[in-house]
Amino acid sequence: MTVISMNSVHTPVAPQDGAQPMVSFRDVHKSFGALEVLKGIDLDVMPGQVAALIGRSGSGKSTALRCINGLEKINGGELTVCGRNLRARDFELRELRKEVGIVFQSYNLFPHLTVEQNVTLAPRKVNGLDAAESRALAAEVLEQVGLSDKALSYPEQLSGGQQQRVAIARSLAMRPKLMLFDEVTSALDPELTGEVLRVIGKLAAGGMTMVLVTHEMAFARQVADLVVYMHQGRVWEAGKGTMLDDPQTVELRQFVGSGL
Amino acid sequence: MLGVSIDQYGFLVQGAFWTIVLSLMGFVGGTIVGLPVALARISRGWFLCRVSSAYVQFVQGIPLPVIMFVVYFGVSIYGFDVNALVAAAIAMTLYSSAYLGEIWKGCIQAVPKTQWEAGECLALTSVQRFIYVILPQALRIAVPPTVGFLVQIVKNTSYSVVIGFFDLTYSAKILNNATFKPFVIFTAAALIYFAICFPLSRYARRFELRLHRRNA
Ligand SMILES: Nc1ncnc2c1ncn2[C@@H]1O[C@H](COP(=O)(O)OP(=O)(O)OP(=O)(O)O)[C@@H](O)[C@H]1O
Ligand SMILES: [Mg+2]
Repeated sequence: MTVISMNSVHTPVAPQDGAQPMVSFRDVHKSFGALEVLKGIDLDVMPGQVAALIGRSGSGKSTALRCINGLEKINGGELTVCGRNLRARDFELRELRKEVGIVFQSYNLFPHLTVEQNVTLAPRKVNGLDAAESRALAAEVLEQVGLSDKALSYPEQLSGGQQQRVAIARSLAMRPKLMLFDEVTSALDPELTGEVLRVIGKLAAGGMTMVLVTHEMAFARQVADLVVYMHQGRVWEAGKGTMLDDPQTVELRQFVGSGL
Repeated sequence: MLGVSIDQYGFLVQGAFWTIVLSLMGFVGGTIVGLPVALARISRGWFLCRVSSAYVQFVQGIPLPVIMFVVYFGVSIYGFDVNALVAAAIAMTLYSSAYLGEIWKGCIQAVPKTQWEAGECLALTSVQRFIYVILPQALRIAVPPTVGFLVQIVKNTSYSVVIGFFDLTYSAKILNNATFKPFVIFTAAALIYFAICFPLSRYARRFELRLHRRNA
């Protein structure tokens, strides 16, 4: 397990009275054909909170995450993200996508564009930034992920860790209210995971609302205000990071014990 | 030279000029029609997909000389007097658009699905995703097979001899009738075809190798 030292310490944000959740699952169901993958998920993520989804392979973590930005359509229940009900008649998927960033395990950078062009494509085409504005924006977000000197490189010239940080910068350039991360360090060599986790940790410290799927237990414990253990398509146990030290269920105890 | 005069070789070169003209017309026409065909083939619209697929199968199921005949004689039935160049260009356009459409459809599909998804998650519209994310990558993939198909176009223009279009093959045929030196003349014609096609296939091959090295 990677141990990371962070420059900034994240102070957990307690849900404020009256604040609307940024993400709210209510009895959410999702099936692929006959296979029911989410069997009634309930989950609230408040503004500024960091939620970490953990659990065994196939438990539905990625599916839950992909539902949040509409990559998967839910079959039952209610899902509200950034105040938008995803099943409402007047729901606008593109409007939601402007507010929710997502980073995948496999970076998915645009190989034919430079780092700077990767970062500024959506701000220019979607938000209408001009050349000068988008250049300044690229400089800002690349600085945030520590890659100021790579603006003119192509993705293939970068290490996996650097590519993943560019992917994060590309999302940040849309100024999202919510960031989703799906096992963003799983494809990386162990010595490269630290640099990516540090960037995410810094975002958390800066108050970004995040939902992340991770296998990095130490990291989840450290940055997450809410750890969510998923098992067989359900939220099996949820609580603060300390929950991992004192599991209430047999399944979580086994999961923690297995060292995953 | 070998019983054939310089002027007579010049006649072959004239034919070669028209072979190149017809090839270019076939390629440009094939691009103009083939690109929409490729887009229709990958579209989610049921109707577009069916129609374009039927078009491709129909054209691919007919030998090119027959297409030439149909265009040349078919059109004149309706009172239009088409000259051989126009008929041959239309026939080459039909032929190459069907094949280029299929080739490009494959190139667009060769761009990983995750690239569409990445664009979607950044709130790009589907047109923006296609233009800025997918198309540039598909174009690079498309260069070798497209240049390779250009070779097919050049060679297949020779079928226009069936409707009497004056190209390299036709000029060789006339010259042979005048000189009775078939071996010399058709060998010369063959060498000219080769001289046009070889650089193209060389280029396609080199580009392909470069792509492979980049992706390795
Ligand atoms: N597009 C799909 N079509 C059909 N089945 C799917 C699809 N996506 C996921 N599944 C199935 O849904 C179940 C949950 O998958 P999911 O990817 O959400 O799990 P996960 O918890 O993220 O696992 P992992 O840790 O391996 O990433 C699995 O059984 C998977 O095979
Ligand atoms: Mg997953």
